[in-house]
Amino acid sequence: MSEQMTAKVDVDLAQPSILSRRNPLRYVMLLAGLAVLVMLPYWIYPPVAMDILCWGLFAISVDLLLGFTGLLSFGHAAFWGGSAYCTGLIATHWGVPFPVAVIGGAVFAMLIAWPIGYLSVRRTGIYFAMVTLAFAQMLYFIANQARDLTGGENGLQGIPRNFFGIELVETDPFYFYYVGAAMILVGILVAWRVVNSPFGRVLTAVRDNPARARALGYDVERYKITVFIISAGLAGLAGGVFAVSHQFASLQELMWTTSGKVVLITVLGGIGTLWGGLVGAGVVVTLEDYLASSGFEGIGLITGTIFVVIVLLFRHGIWGTARNVLRRYVLDRRTRSRD
Amino acid sequence: MSEFIQYTLQGLAAGGFYALSALGLAVIFGVLGVVNFSHGACYMLGAVLSAVLLAELNVGFWAALIIVPVLMFGFGVLMERLLVRWLLELDPLYNFLLTFGLTLVIVEAVKQRYGVSGLPYQVPAGLGGQVSVGSVNLSVYAIFACLFSVVVCVAVGLLLTKTRIGMIVRAATEAPDRTRALGINVGLWVTPVFGFGIALAGLAGVLAAPTRAITAEMGSNFIIILFAVVVIGGLGSILGAVVAGFLVGLVEAYGIAYAPTYAQIVIFVLMALVVLVRPSGLFGREEVA
Repeated sequence: MSEQMTAKVDVDLAQPSILSRRNPLRYVMLLAGLAVLVMLPYWIYPPVAMDILCWGLFAISVDLLLGFTGLLSFGHAAFWGGSAYCTGLIATHWGVPFPVAVIGGAVFAMLIAWPIGYLSVRRTGIYFAMVTLAFAQMLYFIANQARDLTGGENGLQGIPRNFFGIELVETDPFYFYYVGAAMILVGILVAWRVVNSPFGRVLTAVRDNPARARALGYDVERYKITVFIISAGLAGLAGGVFAVSHQFASLQELMWTTSGKVVLITVLGGIGTLWGGLVGAGVVVTLEDYLASSGFEGIGLITGTIFVVIVLLFRHGIWGTARNVLRRYVLDRRTRSRD
Repeated sequence: MSEFIQYTLQGLAAGGFYALSALGLAVIFGVLGVVNFSHGACYMLGAVLSAVLLAELNVGFWAALIIVPVLMFGFGVLMERLLVRWLLELDPLYNFLLTFGLTLVIVEAVKQRYGVSGLPYQVPAGLGGQVSVGSVNLSVYAIFACLFSVVVCVAVGLLLTKTRIGMIVRAATEAPDRTRALGINVGLWVTPVFGFGIALAGLAGVLAAPTRAITAEMGSNFIIILFAVVVIGGLGSILGAVVAGFLVGLVEAYGIAYAPTYAQIVIFVLMALVVLVRPSGLFGREEVA
């Protein structure tokens, strides 16, 4: 029963990528993506733009597990929130430049991910989701109890944003965005590199047929734990930047609703697409910002309904659907030109 | 010593809520292969419904004990027919996500309608007060809640093991294809079983209503602890769900009594230990990985 339950997501990596290295479209899209990244704070309020990137990387870290390894972590808030607190504490007490604090937070996330991953990978599929969820909640209770350190219900307020004395970055969210975006970009590159590496190929093998991967001599559990820790580090990086951007870390960051929200973003963007996370984050964060600013109270009604609808009708997500349409179009044209 | 007995009773009463709900979760998982995330929300709905029935229709606790599970059964049937059914063929993670989305909707809807402050509910007449056994004072309602959930768990156990309906449901759980081959319409049983599981969660909610704060959020922590319960007991196992339910209730009560700071954390440490030593849970079947 257990192994069939691992997420067999409708991702077909066996199909040749239509955007092969020689295809100019690949570079056009890459440039377009970078252009959007640069222009974003001109179009929307810079802190919101920063939120989109943070949630985007967070979703990518979840997709690394869900889409490429077949593990649904429902406790990623532990790493996002854990790093948010750790980053805040480092920045507050030691006064280091914030990128250093964020790296410290990410390392902390990886450290707590090791025992959690070690225990969680003993179960697969739905059990993995439940076990990670429970461990994340345990961290939530610990943070709630350790009031002296975390500020309890009040959260950690006034996290400083030191950046080598460059005042523009320290005070203006517009310039802060570019430094934060650079850090997020590093995280995205790491995720991309992991997926497109021999290590990443083994992960997909583990996802598609764990028994066979094991028979071929791969230590499946070790691969799972390793990718779990890498994913936690990326979630931690995102959470750290998020905390510095808001200058605030709260228990909300550790709640299971946060774990749920990032899974929603991942599924909305498209499971197993990597880039989809950024698109999903763009939609969800902008929507929430719009609803909050228009005074609408029941955000849960909207996000919950979106969740139900995409799971029922739109399982490929935005990026996945776009990719399938494009693929069909290109393949269609190729066959026609051959005739 | 008297305090210890008091805590034990409280633990067993809380354990009863967990056991009833976990039983519902286990039955649904067994037959449909669905982990119902909205189980905590259904527990909350059970409590809210009994409070609303009392306030607006003047329906008392004893009637609510019958009416609310029936209503929740209907709710469960609708949920299965309209939503869950379409994803049964797919990976169970999709239904996990679907019911998560539903949870957000249900909790938010209740919050919008009834606010965030708790709804009032009294301990029903005849069950208030305390009884003294020697030097020990025991709350009558806690004794009642504990006994009642044990009776329901035993009744469900007998239903599953001793009746023809139970036989069909168990067969459908273990080998759906062979059950079908023997001429049983397995699909026919899926909907009532789902409704039944939801009804059990609703029943736990009614039982909890007189002793706990009735708010939209009351299911949020409940569902996480419920997951810990089924991980400890072994998700496939009905007996495991009940035993682990009472076990977690006791651990929680002793934790609150003797180490209030660590009360909630202890449950998860217990879960971590079980996952470490026996990954399939105390009563679960071994996984073939």
